[in-house]
Amino acid sequence: MAKYILKRIALAIVTIWAVITITFVLMHSVPGNPFATENRKIPDNIMENLMKKYGLDKPKGEQYLMYLKNIARFDFGESMKQDSETVNQIIARGFPVSARLGIQAILIALIFGPALGAIAALYQNKAPDYISMIISIIGVSVPSFVLGSFSIQFIASKIDWIPIGGWGEFRHTLLPSIALALMPLAQFARLMRSSMLEVLGQDYIKTAKSKGISRFAVIMKHAIRNAILPIVSILGTTISNLVAGSFVIEKIFGIPGLGQFFTTSVFNRDYTLIMGVTVFYAIVLISMMLLVDIAYTLIDPRIRLTKEGH
Amino acid sequence: MSKKILKLISIFLLLAVLFTGCSSPATQEEPQETAEEPGASTGKKILRTNNSSEPGSLDPPLAQGTHESWILENCFEGLMTFDENGNLVEGMAESYEVSEDGLTYTFKLRDDITWSNGDPVTAHDFEYAWKRALDPETAANYASILYYIKGAEAYNTGQGSREDVGVKALDDKTLEVTLETPTAFFLELTAFYTYFPVNKNVVESNPDWAKDPSTYVCNGPFMLVEWKHNDQIILEKNPNYYNAHKIKLDGIDLDILEDENTAWQKYLGGEYDILVDIPTSVVNQLKQENNPELEIGLMVGTYYYNVNPAIKPFNNVKVRKALSMAMDRETIVEKITMGGEIAAGGVVPPGLKDEKGEDFREAVGNLIEYNPEEAKRLFEEGLAEEGMTVEDFNSQGFVLLYNTSESHRKIAQAVQEMWRTTLGIEIVLENVEFQVKLDREQSGDYHISRAGWIGDFMDPMTFLDLWWSDSAFNDVNYNNPEYDALIRKAKSTNDQNERMAAMKEAERMLMEDMPVIPVYFYTQPYTVKPNVTGVFKVPVRYPTITYADITD
Repeated sequence: MAKYILKRIALAIVTIWAVITITFVLMHSVPGNPFATENRKIPDNIMENLMKKYGLDKPKGEQYLMYLKNIARFDFGESMKQDSETVNQIIARGFPVSARLGIQAILIALIFGPALGAIAALYQNKAPDYISMIISIIGVSVPSFVLGSFSIQFIASKIDWIPIGGWGEFRHTLLPSIALALMPLAQFARLMRSSMLEVLGQDYIKTAKSKGISRFAVIMKHAIRNAILPIVSILGTTISNLVAGSFVIEKIFGIPGLGQFFTTSVFNRDYTLIMGVTVFYAIVLISMMLLVDIAYTLIDPRIRLTKEGH
Repeated sequence: MSKKILKLISIFLLLAVLFTGCSSPATQEEPQETAEEPGASTGKKILRTNNSSEPGSLDPPLAQGTHESWILENCFEGLMTFDENGNLVEGMAESYEVSEDGLTYTFKLRDDITWSNGDPVTAHDFEYAWKRALDPETAANYASILYYIKGAEAYNTGQGSREDVGVKALDDKTLEVTLETPTAFFLELTAFYTYFPVNKNVVESNPDWAKDPSTYVCNGPFMLVEWKHNDQIILEKNPNYYNAHKIKLDGIDLDILEDENTAWQKYLGGEYDILVDIPTSVVNQLKQENNPELEIGLMVGTYYYNVNPAIKPFNNVKVRKALSMAMDRETIVEKITMGGEIAAGGVVPPGLKDEKGEDFREAVGNLIEYNPEEAKRLFEEGLAEEGMTVEDFNSQGFVLLYNTSESHRKIAQAVQEMWRTTLGIEIVLENVEFQVKLDREQSGDYHISRAGWIGDFMDPMTFLDLWWSDSAFNDVNYNNPEYDALIRKAKSTNDQNERMAAMKEAERMLMEDMPVIPVYFYTQPYTVKPNVTGVFKVPVRYPTITYADITD
């Protein structure tokens, strides 16, 4: 196990290096720079001063090496657009906010999604199945900005206790968490339904039934446990997506999270911030994947980590 | 069995919590501003509004847009300022003298002016602030607005020295400024945020002073007390401000909320007293209802199309004029943009005054005509002069380039249709990100491109300067020696009669040559609750809330 984890960490470092390199090349090959503004251009000589201030006048190779050196010390540098904070500060401030929303959303999704899917499978082609699948189709197909705007217009502005956007207390997190949760909830429900149907047709379920175990026990002990595996396998990506924050939800609800920076940093060509959030996200994603793989062995004894790779 | 699932889920949650750095966001004990009635519980008058975007920096020379200047204008004051009636008056300066040749300005500072930390504001602070803004290492985005000062451009571009910049504190209360050329609008410039002073001692001892409210020192009506990034900015009345009796508010709370629709819901819900960036659909609806809360403020900005003269047949003036004449601007502003914009009658927007105090736009008159028949005739004539037919034109696949945005797209589609029906031509639309558009404009890789310009000061020169042949912003490479001569003439004197005459002539000439096709003049719609008074808009600024008052 320890050997396996070490190997995975080594692999993760290589992956992150690749992410850095590809991002660096891509972002520097797009036209534009961090200092351009839409309706007022900047004279060339002032642009030169700005380039010099942020070291962008140096050869690209030198910039790249400098960057690698700084990242090795977890120093993501200065944001080129936001003078008041470093990239590290922006991440340190934004991530807890996004992560809190993300965790609340994943909790909602994990509580309701698999349950909905399991119910749908158990009552296949009956009313509960249709109802839960309608809910999940809505969840998958309604974009979060529609859902967000809708909930502000029809819920937040009608109920005093629920604020219209902003950040601070639990009540501020309620609507955005739900809006964020709906998509993974629906995904989980659909996955759960299909894998549950498959599992229910397996021989061991029949065996269990024939042994005279109650229907409830069969479902809880044998069916759900096996049917939930596909959900576990996508959990890593889902969690990293959710905790990294959503541009749309954060914008609509005015939440000071990290998610917005994935998009705005690119629009702004804020090179250091692009790199910072990308590398950070890569780290979160890779760690989550590793955790999922480890977790897999805990619920499914058929999988053994040590045998992998041979 | 499900013990293991439980175990699994708890591992995940545990790790997820660990990842968040164990920090439930440090906002537990926020003052509940959402529930706060204006001045109800505390008896304080707090104006609540939205600043739309996170300021990049609140250090005056590093500011570059309204999301910064709106806060700076409430926290700082220049030598001159705008008073509660929107007039340009002495601010930090008590009086000023201008030399006969218009090149030397001597400002006497007031006696009772102090920084928010109690230090007196001195002429040395101004000298230091302006030179700091010009220092190439500061890399001030807006340094070019200081180039009217002698030696400023040379220092900023690394050609000259700091000592040679024409600003000097003769003593604590006297500031002498030498200009490069007579600049009639220089006094107004001293009210601009790049000209704001900074506290020399504070800035020298702490370069990061502007990053944290606890070290933030300013000299204006309000002070920065809290800055929650991407969330909220809180200003409080500055008791040390010499004109504090004119300031009715105890403070200003500004949210940083990007989404216009959400902000509008908050305004509707009574959480804002004034709101500036309003969704277009709402503006249109309020306009139709004649809602008294809606104000449509003038703005010094023009929306126009660049026509690339290096490409045949756009080199032909008749073709360019035909394109302009075939454009029904009234329809564009009334049916498409719908934010109260004004159909362009030239390049200089309304709101700027000429030598008699009349509106420059009105004095020059409308230089743009909508005339489909004449457009068609001119277009065919122009094409013939270039040896082309409409078929030739259409086979070229000319492109109208705009930066991706819903409103630019709608306008471009309307224009495409107007040109199609009037001139029988097919223009292809292409949208790119604005940075890509800038890049292509600079390298001449476009046929027609959307552009906009927001002026910096209230003189027609802020627009006419764009198209003189040396201008860094002259993307269409307009080069007309006669035009240059008029601009040079207007720049060489402080005599408003001469300047204005030259500029009026220049604008007529520009619209005769039509290197750019103006579409409309920007406006700034904003809404103010009925119990809020004293909000007004100077065209060159965001709505002024400094002198606002809240009544019950």
